[in-house]
Amino acid sequence: MISIHLLQKSFGKNHVLKGVDLTFDQPGIVAVLGPNGSGKTTIIKSILGMVLPDEGTIKVQGEDIKGKWLYRNQIAYLPQIARFPENLTVAELLRMVKDLNTGKTHDEELIKLFGLETFLDKRLGNLSGGTRQKVNLVLTFMYDCPIIIMDEPTAGLDPISLVRLKELIHNQRLIGKTILITTHVMSLVEELADEVVFLLEGHIHFRGSLKKLEEMTGEANVEKATAKLLQPPS
Amino acid sequence: MLKILKYSFYDLIRSRWTYSYGGFYLLFTLSLLWLSNDLSKVVISLMNVVLLLCPLIATMFGVMYYYNSREFTELLLAQPVRRTSIFLGQYLGVASSLSASWVIGVGLPFALYGVFGSDQAGNFAMLLFVGVVLSFVFSAIAFYIALKNENRIKGFGLAILAWLFFAVIYDGLLLLSLSLLTEYPLEKFSLIASLLNPIDLSRILILLKLDVSALMGFTGAVFRKFLGTGFGMSIAFGVLLLWVVLPVFCIKRVAGKKDF
Repeated sequence: MISIHLLQKSFGKNHVLKGVDLTFDQPGIVAVLGPNGSGKTTIIKSILGMVLPDEGTIKVQGEDIKGKWLYRNQIAYLPQIARFPENLTVAELLRMVKDLNTGKTHDEELIKLFGLETFLDKRLGNLSGGTRQKVNLVLTFMYDCPIIIMDEPTAGLDPISLVRLKELIHNQRLIGKTILITTHVMSLVEELADEVVFLLEGHIHFRGSLKKLEEMTGEANVEKATAKLLQPPS
Repeated sequence: MLKILKYSFYDLIRSRWTYSYGGFYLLFTLSLLWLSNDLSKVVISLMNVVLLLCPLIATMFGVMYYYNSREFTELLLAQPVRRTSIFLGQYLGVASSLSASWVIGVGLPFALYGVFGSDQAGNFAMLLFVGVVLSFVFSAIAFYIALKNENRIKGFGLAILAWLFFAVIYDGLLLLSLSLLTEYPLEKFSLIASLLNPIDLSRILILLKLDVSALMGFTGAVFRKFLGTGFGMSIAFGVLLLWVVLPVFCIKRVAGKKDF
């Protein structure tokens, strides 16, 4: 589905990705972990064509993405910070995204799920951070894309919405989608992830199931296990 | 691109800034018309304002809009849309909403005054046209500068500097060089130098249209001779158009290569 081959990227002198090889060809949930500045967001943005790689190729559904844009209708993306044009209303934003995409939408169910009905006529500039994140989630899950990429999906959500989001992600997984999540919330990883990719200084430090992580580090708790991964072997 | 343009435009025509900008022109034009009954004088007064204000506001607005809509741009970049259409759409949204404020703000009082029946209709049309072109030119320059600079403060500074250069510094340098080189024939030089600055070019176009080029002295006569002909006029319009096309082309080029 997604294959990344020898991806390299620097921002000025900062060499962020130093030859990353990654393939996601199985349906399931992959958590991309790593300390701040390890290149998680850069990888995600490279897949979306927002960051242009210095070296290496990325293929989505078997097609090289360089210079392409239509492939993005295969990917649902949830960005880290949700900020929208302040003067548009929620309903107008939804209409715009529908205008730019084609296919069947599930926006009504999602609006109900996150209780956004009363906010539809409100201007986006007047919404709270959590509500904006909900709008963001509706936009992400509105279309049936085979690939879903989420950058810190739980930021600012209240507990009820969090539970609903987890259910939603779980259901998407059951219908056989490939889901990439970056997060610093380890309980989310424990609950959802089938596989963990651990990035460190622009390389892939570890890749495997949660079980493998546990076996390797001897820690049942993901938080402690990742902390152990960061330490040099003694 | 048209879809992005549509929504940028929707977003902008509802912003307070667009209204206050249009409202300012409305009040200003109304008071000018009220104070003076000579339409051509009003057009000249407005010209002096528009030559400074349109570029300034377009510059500020262009930079501000780009930086404010950064996260939204990221959202759009993840949609199945061509990269260049996003930026060109946003740019055209800014430029056209500025132009709309200008055309409505100035046009409404003039229309009420009955300019379209009078002999000043052509001059007035030229004034409107110049204001629109300047809005397009300077918001494009501002967009380009903002795209090039991640740092907002630096972007703002450079954009203001660009405006200052074309509006003030350029003329100063031109005058300085003309006074230093009085012994040489400078008609061609001053003609070309004026063509290279969109603000100067706009000023000359209006003055020639108003037939007050005598005010500009000897150089005025040169301009009259050159721009009075069909050839000169088409060159002037062509260069003005180039001032829109060139920055837009640069926007396109930078947008294609940038990381977000």
